[in-house]
Amino acid sequence: MSRLTVPKTYKLAIGGAFPRSESGRTYVVTTPKGEFLANASLASRKDARDAVVAARAAQAKWAGATAYNRGQVLYRIAELLEGRRAQFVDEISRSEGVSAAAAGAQVDATIDLWVWYAGWADKYAQVVGNGNPVAGPYFNLSVPDPTGVVAAIAPQEREGVSLLGLAAVVAPIVLTGNTVVVVANEDAPLSAISLAEVLATSDVPGGVVNVLTGSPAELAPWLASHADVNALDLAGAGVLASGSWVDLQLAAAETLKRVLPPVSGAPVPSLDRITAFVETKTVWHTKAML
Amino acid sequence: MSFLEYAPAPESTAILNLKAEYGLFIDGEFVDGRGEVFDTISPATEEVIARIAQADAADVDRAVAAARRAYETVWSRMSGSDRGKYLFRIARLVQERARELAVAESLDNGKPIRETRDVDVPLVAAWFFYYAGWADKLEYAGLGPNPRALGVAAQVIPWNFPLLMLAWKIAPALAAGNTVVIKPAETTSLTAMLFAEILQQADLPAGVVNIVTGPGSTGQALVTHDDVNKVAFTGSTNVGRMIARQVAGTPKKLTLELGGKAANIVFDDAAIDQAVEGIVNGIFFNQGHVCCAGSRLLVQESVHDEVVDKLKHRLSTLRLGDPLDKNTDIGAINSAAQLERIRTLSDTGENEGAERWQLDCTVPDKGFWFRPTIFTRVSAAHTIAREEIFGPVLSVLTFRTPDEAVAKANNTPYGLSAGIWTEKASRMLAIADRLRAGVVWANTFNKFDPSSPFGGYKESGYGREGGRQGLAAYLESNGWEAPSLSAGASAPSRSEKKSRKAVAK
Repeated sequence: MSRLTVPKTYKLAIGGAFPRSESGRTYVVTTPKGEFLANASLASRKDARDAVVAARAAQAKWAGATAYNRGQVLYRIAELLEGRRAQFVDEISRSEGVSAAAAGAQVDATIDLWVWYAGWADKYAQVVGNGNPVAGPYFNLSVPDPTGVVAAIAPQEREGVSLLGLAAVVAPIVLTGNTVVVVANEDAPLSAISLAEVLATSDVPGGVVNVLTGSPAELAPWLASHADVNALDLAGAGVLASGSWVDLQLAAAETLKRVLPPVSGAPVPSLDRITAFVETKTVWHTKAML
Repeated sequence: MSFLEYAPAPESTAILNLKAEYGLFIDGEFVDGRGEVFDTISPATEEVIARIAQADAADVDRAVAAARRAYETVWSRMSGSDRGKYLFRIARLVQERARELAVAESLDNGKPIRETRDVDVPLVAAWFFYYAGWADKLEYAGLGPNPRALGVAAQVIPWNFPLLMLAWKIAPALAAGNTVVIKPAETTSLTAMLFAEILQQADLPAGVVNIVTGPGSTGQALVTHDDVNKVAFTGSTNVGRMIARQVAGTPKKLTLELGGKAANIVFDDAAIDQAVEGIVNGIFFNQGHVCCAGSRLLVQESVHDEVVDKLKHRLSTLRLGDPLDKNTDIGAINSAAQLERIRTLSDTGENEGAERWQLDCTVPDKGFWFRPTIFTRVSAAHTIAREEIFGPVLSVLTFRTPDEAVAKANNTPYGLSAGIWTEKASRMLAIADRLRAGVVWANTFNKFDPSSPFGGYKESGYGREGGRQGLAAYLESNGWEAPSLSAGASAPSRSEKKSRKAVAK
């Protein structure tokens, strides 16, 4: 005799809370074979704007945390993912329609990715910043500073990226002190929301990572044209209707957002992805003439 | 004669050996342009200095083809050390012809000879000297092993520091192994033409640097050309936006150095006399034609009156007039159009309720002049506190607490530069951390150095010029990735990795 299971309601993750879409809309998430898995929230323009407000509100404090602290918070994500491995393997294998082994490999890669990026938090400034030997009596230092609020489209392939792709986009953005509004994989959004639940219990402050589920084609234009978004990671935008990622870049040009173009699959972890969304700040200070 | 009156001390123009007409510089030669020839005038006298060729789209095409040819047959095959030697040669030739360049620049741009002689031209030489040394050390630039040049760089520069902006663009591009097509601003092509002569003297291979003169349409033909790999622009935010749109969806790498509305923050514990010098330098240097000018003075309320009084007193000692006079502090406004913009915005400031104070001085009959101006009682909502005026106009605002200073300083879509005046180092560092600006000057202002990265946050553009960060704007990483992470379900192939490198930055 089997026990009656308790299915989970998958909602959005905005500002540390898990609201339904303000629009009341949902969409059916299925296995690749079409079997019902869940009703996910179909985020609206208003949800996207609320998420930007939450990301902006959280940004200064997150950037103001010490790099050591941000590194530990990111490492904590890996710890908690490891503990909930079975849940993620289950969600990924069902929603992507892949074997448990393949799903397990994706979870492992995601955990290792958080560990890899966590270690960068208190090092990347030493690698990409520097003192400058200016010709004069000045102390002059260049340091990287987070760009601000980043909007991202997670990789959208049907297989292999629903969790790893989202993490590979989000981790390098937030480790430097940016906050993010990310649109999850449309077809397989379940593990993204579960990851947001992990983040909520990993000491990641509310609003640092905001996850929207729904249609990237519908949400991306609002994010790309939002004046309070500083940068755009179009990692998963390559699958949108032909050429429409260029329209997103055009919209981003209106407020001179920094833009990363689409990639195929999950972005490879790299220092480039960290430095794509930081600004070099150079501070000059006079030295006394003794 | 009071102590403020000086006998005229004009720098002689005899050192110049200008031609009546200058062509485009393409493939190592001066050639005629297909567009209509135009005059370049002295903004101080409105007299014609020379006639300049205008490049149309076909000329731009020829220049890009020359740059491509030079890239493929010569420059990309040359050793880094030889590229560096050419740049060192150029640096030395600039030093040798420094006075001539300074005189030409003051004549054509209207800025005081004191500045061209002591700031612009020495920095031009320094920029080439600095990047010359990088040419054979690119693997140390922080982009991983064997970074690659991008190819042909299309560069468009403004009129406020004509030769210096040319150096900021050309030196890192060539050091990194790119070839260049550059367009000077329409009103200030003269020193670029002298620079072309220097390139001939340096025996730089033909086509490595090509100079196309003309108006905005020439620049547009250049940045939209299909065969350029890199676009670098310095100028207004509006044109920057347009270029960002034009480059969208292409593989061209883009850097933009755009407008600013910098806050210069004076705390009550600042060394006030030094701060006043810094405020003057911040907004009246180069007639305020500086994208990083400290155009918003934020003064702590308790010292507002003292600072403003001392500022007016200090301004009253400035001399406005002949740019070629060695005693001149404030030169001519670069063009009639710019003068009109400064006038309009200043009138708007007065109409919106700010209080205008202008230096009481005589202004020459001919040419374009604007007396140094201070607006007090300015609020954050005033047009003159929000829009870049790009002229000798200072808006004074007040604050009470450090938090308020930071909030007001950051309350702008721009983020190029900022200044902090305080004798308290802990306060300076805390404020510098919170300012959203690419360059922060503490107890100084408007300092530039080739080793020091320069560039903005937000709508002041992206990318940096100067330092190794400036070199990175002209290089592509060959790849530096996480070693052996568990491959997961989507291990990419090497070719896929390469396609992911196109960072629009």
